[in-house]
Formats: sequence, C-alpha cells, structure tokens
Amino acid sequence: MYKIVKKERLTDNIYLMEIEAPRVARSANPGQFIIVKLDERGERIPLTICDYDPKKGTVTIVFQAMGASTEEMIKYEEGDSFKDFVGPLGMPSEFVHEDLEELSKKKIIFVAGGVGTAPVYPQVKWLNSKGIKADVIVGARNTDIVILQDEMKAVADNYYLATDDGSSGYKGLVTDKLRDLVEKEGKKYDLVVAIGPMIMMKFVTLLTKELNIPTVVSMNPIMVDGTGMCGACRVSVGGKIKFACVDGPEFDGHLVDFNQAMKRQSVYKTEEGRAILKEKEGSTHHGGCGNCGGDK
Amino acid sequence: MNKMKKVPVSEQDPKVRATNFEEVCLGYNNEEAIAEATRCLNCKNPRCVGDCPVSISIPRFIQAVKNGNNEEAARIIAESSALPAVCGRVCPQESQCEGVCVLGIKGEAISIGKLERFVADWSRENNIDLSQTLPKNGKNVAVVGSGPAGLSCAGDLAKLGYEVTIFEALHEAGGVLVYGIPEFRLPKETVVKNEVENVKKLGVKIETNVIIGRTITIDQLFEDEDFKAVFIGSGAGLPRFMGIPGESSNGVSSANEFLTRNNLMKAFKDGYKTPIRAGEKVAVVGGGNVAMDAARTALRLGAEAHIVYRRGEEELPARAEEVHHAKEEGVIFDVLTNPTEILHDEKGWVTGMKCVKMELGEPDQSGRRSPMVIEGSEFILDVDTVIMSLGTSPNPLISSTTKGLDTNKRQCIIASDETGLTSREGVFAGGDAVTGAATVILAMGAGKKAAVGIHEYLSAK
Repeated sequence: MYKIVKKERLTDNIYLMEIEAPRVARSANPGQFIIVKLDERGERIPLTICDYDPKKGTVTIVFQAMGASTEEMIKYEEGDSFKDFVGPLGMPSEFVHEDLEELSKKKIIFVAGGVGTAPVYPQVKWLNSKGIKADVIVGARNTDIVILQDEMKAVADNYYLATDDGSSGYKGLVTDKLRDLVEKEGKKYDLVVAIGPMIMMKFVTLLTKELNIPTVVSMNPIMVDGTGMCGACRVSVGGKIKFACVDGPEFDGHLVDFNQAMKRQSVYKTEEGRAILKEKEGSTHHGGCGNCGGDK
Repeated sequence: MNKMKKVPVSEQDPKVRATNFEEVCLGYNNEEAIAEATRCLNCKNPRCVGDCPVSISIPRFIQAVKNGNNEEAARIIAESSALPAVCGRVCPQESQCEGVCVLGIKGEAISIGKLERFVADWSRENNIDLSQTLPKNGKNVAVVGSGPAGLSCAGDLAKLGYEVTIFEALHEAGGVLVYGIPEFRLPKETVVKNEVENVKKLGVKIETNVIIGRTITIDQLFEDEDFKAVFIGSGAGLPRFMGIPGESSNGVSSANEFLTRNNLMKAFKDGYKTPIRAGEKVAVVGGGNVAMDAARTALRLGAEAHIVYRRGEEELPARAEEVHHAKEEGVIFDVLTNPTEILHDEKGWVTGMKCVKMELGEPDQSGRRSPMVIEGSEFILDVDTVIMSLGTSPNPLISSTTKGLDTNKRQCIIASDETGLTSREGVFAGGDAVTGAATVILAMGAGKKAAVGIHEYLSAK
C-alpha cells in the first residue's frame, strides 16, 4: 500500500498528492511517469511525476479529475493509501543524459498547457539545480486554473502566463505568446518542450516547424500496463510505431502523427462516459447514456 | 470399460460455457481418477518422465492415486513441480509426457495432465501443507518476474534454504498465468492464487510494482541490496504487430492488451473499472494458443469471433484441445487467409479488414510449407475489431539497463542450457526471456535448472 502524506487542492478540479513510494522516489527522473491503481477493482491510471524527494521517499503527482477513476481518486484523503503505485516509467527527458556544459549553452523554453504544468515543473527544477536557466510559458483558460505558479517562478528564468480571456498575463494562446517572444522580442531558443493537451502540442509543433526550432512533446495516450507489454499506447513517430510507455513518453514533436494520436485517445470515450454516468447516478442509473440499453 | 481409452473428463456444455468465464473442464472426481490411474502400466523405464520438462515421477504418483493415497501423490509431485494445478491444466501433454506413453501406441495415453490436476486440486481442497524447506542459509537471491519460470526457480531455492525475493512489475504475481491465460482455462482465485500462496509458504517474498530496469537495476540489487545471485525470468511480453496500413485504427489491439484488460484487470466482471470492447465481429489474427484464448474471450464478451490464420488448419500452432474447444463454442476459422490492410472510417474506427487467400507451397528449410498469396483473391472481411496475436518477444528493458548482459539478435538473453548462467557473473536467466515465447512447463523447467545452477554457484563461493 502507498500512503498519501499530503493532499492539496490546487484549483477547481486539479489536485496535488504526495505519495509514500521510496523505491520510485529514489529512481525518478524528469520526464518520467507513474501508474496508480486505487483499489482492488481499480484501473491502472498513468500520471506524470511532478516532484520527488528521495530522502523523504515520496513522489508528488498532480492530476485533474476528469473521469470516473480520477473523480474517485479525489475522495482519498491524507493518511489513506492507494493499493498500487508503480514507477518510474518511461524514459527520462533526453537532457538528463546530456553533457552539462553542452546543455548550458542551449536556451530551452517549456510550453505547458493546463495540468501539463505539473510534468514541466520537475524538468525546469532539474535544470535549475544544475545552474541552467530555462523559460516557461504556461497556458490556461483563465487565472483561476493556473497551478504551481510560485513553484515554477522560483526555478524558471522567465515565466510567462498566457490566458485565453486575458484575466492575467498575456491574452491569447501559448502559441501566440511563443511567436511573440521569437518574432517580436527577438528571443532565440534551441529547444522547445511542450507538454499539455494533444491539441495544444500539435499546434505548438506546427508553429515551431515554421520557426525551425527542435521540439519535444510528451505524449499521453491510453495505457494499460505501462511496461511495454500491450501496445495500447502506440503512437506513430516518423512513420514508425513506438510505444509511448517504454520508448517515450517524450518524442520529437515534428515526427509525431497527432491526428492519429488524438483519434486513438477516443477509443474508450463511450465507456468512460458511461462509467461517469453510472458513478453519478448510482442505483438510479438505468443506461441513461442511451448506449447500453441497461446497466451494463 | 474399454481399457484402451481414457476415462472421459466432464466439461461444461459448449453452448452454456460460451457465455460465461467459468472453467470449461471440470476435472476428474475420485472414482474417475482411480479408474484412470488403474490403466497405468507402471513401466520399469517410464518414457513419460523423460519427456516431462520437470521430470515428475509420473508412475509413482499415479500408483499413489490408484491406491487412494492422494496426499502421497501430492508429495511426490511436489518433489519436482511447484505449480501442478497450473501445469495439469495448460501443459501441451500430447507433445510431452502423454506423447510418449506406451499405452498411446495401441490406444490412448494415460491422462497424466488430468491426474496431476486432480491431485493438485484435491490437495488444495484438503489443505495439504507441502511447505517443507531446509534451514535458512542467510543467502539472498533475487528473482525477476513472478511467472512460471520465476515461481519455480524461487520455490526450489527456498526449499534449499535461500532467502528469496521475487520482483514483479505488475500489481499481481503470476505473469502470463494471471494476465494471459483466461479464467475459463485457468481459474485465478482458486488455482493461480493458491499456487502463488504455496510458493510464499516456502518463505519466498514477493514485491509487486517493481520494474527491474526502471525502479531498480540488476546492478543495484547486487550493490545496494545484498543479493548474491539474480535469476531473470522476465518472459517475452512485447507484442508484435504486422506493420500493415490501418493497424493503428481504433479497434485494433494486441492480444496482450485485450487479454490483460480481461484477465488481469477483470474487465469482464461487474464493478471492475477497466473498460474492454470486443465489438460485434472480431478478427483474431494468428493461430497459436494466445489467439484461441483471445477469440474465445471475445466470444464470451458477446462478439462473433473469427480466427484469421495464413496457413492451413493442420498447421495451427495451438493445442488441438484448444482448437476443438474454440470450434465447439462457435469460433469461426478463416484459415489460409492473410490480412493486408485494416480499413477505417473518418473517425479512425475499424470498418473491415482487407485480406488475401493463401495456398501452401513446398516445404521450406524449416520443413514448414510456406504460404503464398493467391493472385486476385483479395476480399474484405466484415469486422469492427481486430486483435493481433502474432507472437511476442522479450522486453529489452532489462538487457538494455544491465551492463555486460549479452542478448541475441531476437533480444533474447543468452544463457547456458544446463545452468541458466548468463554472460554476467551471478546472473542467471530462463524461460521466455531466453527462448522467446514458449510454454509454461518449459519455463518451469528452465527455472528449476537455474535454481540448481544458482545453488552450485553459491555453494562454490
């Protein structure tokens, strides 16, 4: 069992949890993720690692309640335990293995969308700990749903916020902000790392292709085991099939087939919708989703 | 009673069982087991023992059953096998112990598998304790993977007095026994869990949710955790895909994914959260046991299930018994058929599978007749779900994170046939991780040999 030592509500439906998992904490690196399974009957949910403390033996995850399992997850309190918590999974970000001197010559900008801010944080923090300053753009619909702002500001060189409604920071999309930085402010970047909803990552890569900046994205397809044994998470990268859980989750954004990846995300959409309905309606659920013709 | 024929074993009616996940074969009762055991000739030089990969004293345990001494039979089997309830169910006995039984020359071989299963089930129901071990010797051995190879290696080492810890990547122990083989062939709660418990009773610790190569490396096991030897039994779990157009469409999955959702995650059971979709018409591509398991599972989830196989029915690599069961239940066999493309709609969902008809040519170097495309035979199979069951290969996670561990070009770990020793000192390997996908019992045999190899290595140190 894996104990929740801290729980914090960051925004309306985004939560932070610090979990006791010493083995994972000891081996975690930026770019990696974990899989959590709440209880005996739960499904395996992949979540990115937001922070880790090898000394304390804890791993911090940040997640958005958006489906039956994550809705259930927010009911867990400090002191409760998850049945299973496995990781770190996936490859660490490539820069972790790079020569620090070479790396320090690079100017990196991170583009984070929504809850994607969480996996960006350990990357910027890691670079900062090696004396490397990176810029960060965080995008959100409005100010209320911006997470980890103070934490990020503490480790980023320049922190930019872009909100759809202009409620604070720059008014517009992250792509607009990135274009402004490069074209209006004359910033030069050697690498863009974009993490967020697939649609956002897609548009970032379209822009950076035009701006000719190498771009890394972190894919978030459907996963089951997360260890390479099923291929549920397969994505097409440069025309080749890759398993995001073992070959990724980070890939060259200019080679990823986003259209296909977005279609594949919807495979279990109806099942997910039904699961939420069933959860919400409880014993009154009689297949109101119109899809199952009964409680199946 | 005809002495030349096996005592028949009762099974669930095909029509009924095609709609449930209960075990198909119900097994012998005591009278049937005694009657079958009585047919054994108790050979002086039993050929069956030589063809059992773990060399169970078959005539001895069968004589015990015949004399009504089931407990003694259980102890005789336990000398050689840690998982008799599993092996009695899933071994391809027709090509192993039963394949060489003398009775098989003029009649039918003894039902060794069914008798082994009877003894194992009986000893579970009667709580027979088989957990005798030598005194602990204080030496730690790590076992990577809790599948048949790992469980059997761990069990044997524990009996010899070693302190054994198994590291398992998934949340439940058993490997293919829990995620691959379905309930209707191998019940999880009663059979698999009980056999894992038996290994634990020998003092073996099982740590789940630990991925060797990610959570901790083999080198760290030696350096930081005081393990004196490591056995790698990580299997061959990496699925292959065909590489044909449309293979990433929604509704195409590997058999591993489909079976993992169903078996390990229990998607078929009410109240379990993992979704599964079998669609209305499913094509399972491949002809092995895994393909049969996937097709029969899809059928039980309510789909019309097709096996699509590029060679003929004679060449199906699955066990005859499984093919027979699948047919009885209503699985449709489209043999000499090969997919060339998966068709999908604008939203990415499977709408059909383009196939060609095949014919068999002359036997090739391996002796198998290679299938050739019949020109102009293209047609569309009307399916909405495709399950790829083309075999698996070892996951490179361990070999790529362990210095000096040699693999061959198929990513299989190179290990001695006799001892399981790899190119790394103190590191042994066996099962599918070494051979590529094979059988449960061969993996168990490899685990046993490696246990002896590890014992010799650590005794000489």
